[in-house]
Amino acid sequence: MVKQPIADGFRDRKLAERLVAKIRELVPAGRTLRLMEVCGTHTMAISRTGIRSALAGKVDLISGPGCPVCVTAAEDIDRMIACADLPNTTVTTFGDMMRVPGSRRSLEEARAAGAKVQVVSSPATAVELAKTDRQRNVVFLGVGFETTAPTVAMSVAAAEEAGLDNFCIYSAHKRIEPAMGALLQDPGVTLDGFICPGHVAVVLGRQGFEFLAKRFHFPAVVAGFEPVDILAAILELVTMWHTGQPAVVNAYGRVVREEGNRDAREMIERFFVADDSEWRGLGFIADSGLFLRQEYERFDARRLLDSVPVTAEDRERKKLLAACRCGDVLKGKIKPLDCPLFASRCQPEDPVGPCMVSSEGACAAYFRFERGQGGRNG
Amino acid sequence: MCLAMPALVRKVDGDQAEVEMGGNVWQVKTGLVPNLKPGDYVLLHAGFALEKIDPEQAEETLRLLEEAYGEAANS
Repeated sequence: MVKQPIADGFRDRKLAERLVAKIRELVPAGRTLRLMEVCGTHTMAISRTGIRSALAGKVDLISGPGCPVCVTAAEDIDRMIACADLPNTTVTTFGDMMRVPGSRRSLEEARAAGAKVQVVSSPATAVELAKTDRQRNVVFLGVGFETTAPTVAMSVAAAEEAGLDNFCIYSAHKRIEPAMGALLQDPGVTLDGFICPGHVAVVLGRQGFEFLAKRFHFPAVVAGFEPVDILAAILELVTMWHTGQPAVVNAYGRVVREEGNRDAREMIERFFVADDSEWRGLGFIADSGLFLRQEYERFDARRLLDSVPVTAEDRERKKLLAACRCGDVLKGKIKPLDCPLFASRCQPEDPVGPCMVSSEGACAAYFRFERGQGGRNG
Repeated sequence: MCLAMPALVRKVDGDQAEVEMGGNVWQVKTGLVPNLKPGDYVLLHAGFALEKIDPEQAEETLRLLEEAYGEAANS
């Protein structure tokens, strides 16, 4: 085992126990702080190390949308699996995608049925495969946040440099910032702080999370993944809760710089463009997906699947559905007149949401009877 | 998915490096972290070095935590 001066001290049991005691001491009786982590690796570490149970009753650690595979929309999953049906094609993927069920089957099942699906630990390996056999197409399934996107961008750069015309990617990459913003804007979500994903922060820097304090006046701490890292971050959040002064603190200074990794950010910027993207459970979030830029379209597996117009149509349809506020109407949060689609795009003859479909739906009722009374588009 | 592991750089060759992690030796890409040298610690993700680890900063963080909450802090 390599000596790891960078990790050993952060696994110190005694220090961890003292941090737990301090956190428990600082949270007043009868109050439980709700902190959310938005990284699957944090979720695993918090469970595995027993931090969750050590802080029970004082700090509730809530898992946010931090697992990229989990938040990938069913439609993207289906389209990735559909890559396995392309002629003369090898699909390459990180291992965690293999068993994710699509609406018809998983990649694992596609492989069992004869499709060529290969697990790789790096997108660079996928490029090497494409170089080795220029007669066979290689598709890499790009899933992950800003941590992973630069490595996939590097692979597209490598394919471009090698003049490969048999390598492409299906990018389902996501940006974490819009998702965190969407959560904070959801009145149904109550939180006292964010534990920011340390390895996304390696790329984006502490400044990549500054919007939480600036725009939302919300406390957040960038955390590493060893027990002491996580506990120190929680203690920092508890302290901020006490002082009532929200800030974004970097508690993972050994790898997270203020500006992050500029080269990595530039690679994302060069190859990807942000656009609206669907998250499982959260719906469409503006600018939350990373899609290959048009000038690199030849490396985009999306162009091989069905026809491009269908994809564009699908995305438009999903955007429309995302704008539908039926959910909020049903909860009594808004009136039908407050929905931007009401009576314009959404009408009983051509409804978008269920409230306009049903003759007893609130939107249908408002459409018939209420439009004259201060309603819009009336 | 955002799992990243620390490793020790042993050799650097162009845009690749030989690194040691958990007793094993791996070849990784270094295009995202320029100017690596043997002896550097790096964070690895998906076959790439993603960032240099700063051992001094690691010690400083631990020192501050020990001072504030360690045994000697008598907290």
